[in-house]
Amino acid sequence: MKFIDFVSREAIRTSVEVDDKEQVIRSMATALLESGKIDQDQHDSIVEAILKREELGSTGIGRGVAVPHTKHPSVSELVGTVAISADGVDFDSLDGEKVHLLFLLVSPPDRPGDHLRALENISRQLRDETFCRFLKQSKSPEDVWQLLEEADNNQFV
Amino acid sequence: MRQLTVNPMVPRPRYVQVYMEMPIAQRTVVINNPQGLHARPAEMFARLALKFDSEIEVIRDSLRVDAKSILHVLTLGAAQGTELVLHAHGADAEAALEALARLVDSDFTADETMSQESQG
Repeated sequence: MKFIDFVSREAIRTSVEVDDKEQVIRSMATALLESGKIDQDQHDSIVEAILKREELGSTGIGRGVAVPHTKHPSVSELVGTVAISADGVDFDSLDGEKVHLLFLLVSPPDRPGDHLRALENISRQLRDETFCRFLKQSKSPEDVWQLLEEADNNQFV
Repeated sequence: MRQLTVNPMVPRPRYVQVYMEMPIAQRTVVINNPQGLHARPAEMFARLALKFDSEIEVIRDSLRVDAKSILHVLTLGAAQGTELVLHAHGADAEAALEALARLVDSDFTADETMSQESQG
């Protein structure tokens, strides 16, 4: 599964100012709401579900990357967005590093395969140092989108 | 394939000898949980692997990754039914694979992720 298949272009946020896990997750969900990907009345429920998932174990998967996610019955297809934090967010990652790149995913409960393929794609691309560095340095959502497209065209792996 | 020839008269450096004498273990596991090797199981897997000193790799077809990195383990994209080969090299190789295989065989039962998420 490619980035452009699940990342909502309008919901990408760069220069995220918050440094707290809950705030950054909330702001990413808000970005999905503003881009019309999730419903207003489901916003809080989605944020809550993602935070509850984090309690089971951080989704900070190392190398400054986190993939906060949940299943949620209110979405009919996998929706996701990207946020970049220059200062980093404390995320209790396994390697103890602050998180700079966040991929938030909300998937329909009956589609575990899509979720797994999105995770597979994110982790495979982010193994590439150059892609990671470029993403972290992105100053605008347009920069991020362009990098995601390039990654989709296998320009990094 | 090129054959490596070793002159038996020339002793190998000590560090090479030590490394080569380390036990190697290998075994095959099958992912059985319906959600596949998603974030939570991958984290449990990497966290457990980190407790051992051996180098541990997970192999799926031509893909060979570090068992101690969640990022690496996730790149396997291992759905239900996927066969993975675990390969360990080091003093505790056998114990490491025993523990990791047990985790996989238990279908990552400590994982409560899906039950809470499905409530929405």
